[in-house]
Amino acid sequence: MNLLLVLPVLLPLLSGAALLALARPALLPARIVSVASVTAQLAVAVALLTVAADGTIVSYAVGDWPAPFGITLVLDRLSALMLTLAALLAFFALLHALGGTDQKGAGFHALFQFQLLGLNGAFLTGDLFNLFVFFEILLIASYTLLLHGGGAARTRAGLHYVVLNLVGSALFLLAVGVLYGVLGTLNMADIALRVTTLPAENAVLIEAAALLLLAVFGLKAALVPLHFWLAPAYASATAPVAALFAIMTKVGAYAILRVYTLLPGTEWIAPWLLWGALITLLVAGVGLLASRDLRTQVAWLVLVSVGTLLAGVALFNSAGVGGALYYLVHTTLVSGGLFLLADLVGLQRREGSQLVSGEYPAARTWLGVLFLVGAAAAAGLPPTSGFLGKVLVMQAAFDTPVLPWLWTVILLGGLAALLALARAGSVVFWKSAQIPAVAPMPWLRSVPAAALVSAGLWLAVLGGPLAAYTAATATQLLAPQQYVSAVLGEGGPAR
Amino acid sequence: MEVLVAVSVGILVACAVYLLLRARSFSVVFGLVLLSYGTNLFLFAMGRLNTNQVPLTSMPGPYTDPLPQALVLTAIVIGFAMTAFVVVLALRARGILGSDKVDEKGSDV
Repeated sequence: MNLLLVLPVLLPLLSGAALLALARPALLPARIVSVASVTAQLAVAVALLTVAADGTIVSYAVGDWPAPFGITLVLDRLSALMLTLAALLAFFALLHALGGTDQKGAGFHALFQFQLLGLNGAFLTGDLFNLFVFFEILLIASYTLLLHGGGAARTRAGLHYVVLNLVGSALFLLAVGVLYGVLGTLNMADIALRVTTLPAENAVLIEAAALLLLAVFGLKAALVPLHFWLAPAYASATAPVAALFAIMTKVGAYAILRVYTLLPGTEWIAPWLLWGALITLLVAGVGLLASRDLRTQVAWLVLVSVGTLLAGVALFNSAGVGGALYYLVHTTLVSGGLFLLADLVGLQRREGSQLVSGEYPAARTWLGVLFLVGAAAAAGLPPTSGFLGKVLVMQAAFDTPVLPWLWTVILLGGLAALLALARAGSVVFWKSAQIPAVAPMPWLRSVPAAALVSAGLWLAVLGGPLAAYTAATATQLLAPQQYVSAVLGEGGPAR
Repeated sequence: MEVLVAVSVGILVACAVYLLLRARSFSVVFGLVLLSYGTNLFLFAMGRLNTNQVPLTSMPGPYTDPLPQALVLTAIVIGFAMTAFVVVLALRARGILGSDKVDEKGSDV
């Protein structure tokens, strides 16, 4: 069963390498390998989810080097949830890409697999330096995926994205260096143990490393003031790539959760995170109202979700983290779906996805209904999962001094989303002229978009079990003792 | 020796930050290279600066820590690949946008 733990890393690695070999000659074999690999990853992720669901933590020592000396892969509830989410999102994004995006440039399928390799690895690894390596893998794949299709807007956004992330990687290395220099270990469970026995004069170095890591993860999560890259990059990427990138900001949130729950004595990070998240929400609300293109708007929606999510995480109580994780699942799927939907709308209007009145998109009833569901979920209207997620996060702030701030800002963010999306919907679907549409409706390509957008409904139907799972995840995260003993064995490492 | 290494890391990073804040892609790429040099040197020094000590615990001590060297090797490889990528990207941006300013608007085609 422990071997199952390596599969989410091995599957995309092997299929990505195979795809590199056959990328140029034929499209069909590449598509078959790619879809088969993602389907298998989804199956493995679901299998791992059932393993982790009862609260067991499984660890796998790569190369049979015992922790803390070798690299460990660790599966707990959080990693299983993130793996499943990534595989589900990737599955639908890939289906959409089969509609023609994968022909716009070379190597799309191989890069898609390497992106998944980085994501899955980052969710599974129990070693801080290995986390850096998987971050680099997912980043270099994302650089090239972002530029897929070419063009001036993509190149410009890509250059900013690449330079910012390279600086982020350097900061990550500095933080890793400080932690290793002080603690002499990089295994996250071992770090958690050794910090407790640290002489007091070194505590300030740990604080410096923790803040450096916050900058790195904040950059990945697009926390204000490190958010400038997000909107241009996501708005200019091709639709399936933008949909897959919906989980990239969540990698930052995942890393924040993983590292700061394992690092004792870093509770002072919570206010930084909370205020950063609330300011992010406000900035995102303004950006949302100011954007004049449907795709830019969805990109700002991603930032709204980052703010809400990190505000929940920053409470660092089990209700807050549990609610934030429920919201994370909802927002990843729905914003991924909205990116695909915006692409479909753009394909059928001469004005593209710009928010100016022009032609009706063909099949505007079908697309309009999908947009309504997605917009209601993204803005957090009942009975969708967005509403449930926000209620869970806001409930968690009861009995904390930040209650008025958190409620006001989250509700303001919801209001901004509601206004912006209502305006966008009425311009695109109602205020348009009665001209026959330019392009026929690609019905097949609307299936993945429909599946993802409707997550707003079926996640609400599954709300009970999912919220119970995320609440259990939060409890597990906030009691890191179990994680530590699962990795190092009872009674700490053998030295 | 510690002071010398610390000052070198500091100078490298300071130059890198200065270059990164200039708005031309050549300076920015150069800044990234210097930043990765500074980072690698810093990471290398985290195993403490020792001379004439063995890294193998099967031999009599005192020992030096070999792990930062493995880390720095990985970091060098990754940094090299990333630099190669960003050079190609900067050249392409120069071609497509018609300028080496990092904020060039260009024409959206």
